Amino acid sequence: MQPIIEIARLSKIYASGFEALKSVDLTINAGEIFALLGPNGAGKTTLINIICGIARKSSGTVRIAGHDNVADARRARELVGLVPQEIATDAFETVFNTVSFSRGLFGKPAAPALIERLLTDLSLMDKRNSQIMTLSGGMKRRVMIAKALSHEPRVLFLDEPTAGVDVELRRDMWGVVRRLKQDGVTIILTTHYIEEAEEMADRVGVINKGELILVEEKSALMRKLGRKELTLELAAPMTAVPAALSDFALALSSDGQELTYRYDTKAERTGITRLLQALADSGIRFRDLRTSQSSLEQIFVELVRRDK
Amino acid sequence: MNLYAIRAIFGFEMARTRRTLLQSIISPVIATSLYFVVFGAAIGSRIPEIDGVSYGAFIVPGLVMLTLLQQSVQNASFGIYFPRFIGTIYELLSAPVSAFEIVIGYVSAAAVKSIVLAMLIMATAALFVPLRIDHPLAMMAFLVLTAATFSLLGFIIGIWADNFEKLQLVPLLIITPLTFLGGTFYSIDALPPFWRWVSLANPVVYLVNGFRWSFYGKADVDVFLCLALTLIFLCACLGVVWWIFKTGYRLKS
Repeated sequence: MQPIIEIARLSKIYASGFEALKSVDLTINAGEIFALLGPNGAGKTTLINIICGIARKSSGTVRIAGHDNVADARRARELVGLVPQEIATDAFETVFNTVSFSRGLFGKPAAPALIERLLTDLSLMDKRNSQIMTLSGGMKRRVMIAKALSHEPRVLFLDEPTAGVDVELRRDMWGVVRRLKQDGVTIILTTHYIEEAEEMADRVGVINKGELILVEEKSALMRKLGRKELTLELAAPMTAVPAALSDFALALSSDGQELTYRYDTKAERTGITRLLQALADSGIRFRDLRTSQSSLEQIFVELVRRDK
Repeated sequence: MNLYAIRAIFGFEMARTRRTLLQSIISPVIATSLYFVVFGAAIGSRIPEIDGVSYGAFIVPGLVMLTLLQQSVQNASFGIYFPRFIGTIYELLSAPVSAFEIVIGYVSAAAVKSIVLAMLIMATAALFVPLRIDHPLAMMAFLVLTAATFSLLGFIIGIWADNFEKLQLVPLLIITPLTFLGGTFYSIDALPPFWRWVSLANPVVYLVNGFRWSFYGKADVDVFLCLALTLIFLCACLGVVWWIFKTGYRLKS
């Protein structure tokens, strides 16, 4: 895959001495959806702001489609669209005008038909002549996306795009993201809704305390770090896990009806056979069993906890 | 050169003026016209001519300059401060726009608005006082140069200010007093020697006198000195704007 963003040894130290980014190396491929995850204050927005030219780097390089984002800023920025975390729009301007303004700002001639198509895609067409201050929060968020897409960027940054957006709107937005991916747009998103990253992303990066602690294909990450859980529905409830089963670190549900065993799918021995044998030896019978894979959210929480 | 961006910024600023026509254009025109009515038609008829010019006509260039300075500073400072205040500045900073193009966009919009306003005030003044313009080209040159210079100053203030109070500080506490004490309503030659000497330290004296010379061919100070000082101030403002974009002062963290 062709890299479209190449970040090398990128650091950011604020005047206060706070080190927001610590020598970050990252390559993002053209046409992929890359999810950048991390707790609050991890450095996600700082990283995006530096790539987009809103914040200054302390050291390192950022190249967008081969163009240095400082030395060749104009060529680099032409390719990028940004939807920032905070909703920031000119309240008195109309939807159509503000989106057209963004297109002009990025050096593109007026294209009313294109803007109208964009507004239609984002279900904003009936609001095209409305002042932005009359729109709901979700609608304003859509306007922000329309503005970012108005100059047909090759790379789109979505910084928490669905924060405070209702379920229906969120689903619509991800529909737009999917269509953009089909059109070859590279998408870098940060989100607190990790299930979204799990559903949408091709690759996942986890950043914590300014360090990129992991970059992995999402499916490989799920395989590599994902744990499975075996849940046994007991025939008779129990009050405590018998001592004979203490080696398996079983978790007993609060109602005493279920035992849960966590195991590593990549381990040479999962311990399932031994557990089932031990249960039989202890005379514990179960009515049913099921297995489940850990979610990206659980993996993320585990990674960040390990990094503390 | 990103001409589309310049046009977008210019158009955006002019659209704001259209939305606020009463506050941006009509209100300053009416406020300044009141001076012509009071000082020109009412009190002016009892005041002797100054250098062969009726008092009502004498104060017109100074009053036009007062509005031009105030409006240039206010328009440009608000133009760049408001996106910072509401957060839309992110778009400007992430767009493929050079510092030069940003300044051209905001400053030209602010300057055009104040020049239009100045023209309207002159047209209104002509209804009340006998107005003549001996050197129309020089008048336009002073008008454009002063509007551009003070729009640049306004741009700097809009970057520097971190609240609305600071935004009003310079127009209200510096420009207005300097203009009133800068020979708008009197010739500084009429002052006692000491106060005339003090007045020469006021930069607005040169702006008002240069502009008044283009109307009546008479000034209290050398007109070329007026032009030179305006150009020096323009260069100083350009230097500060260049420094702002070079360092990212108050724009980039």
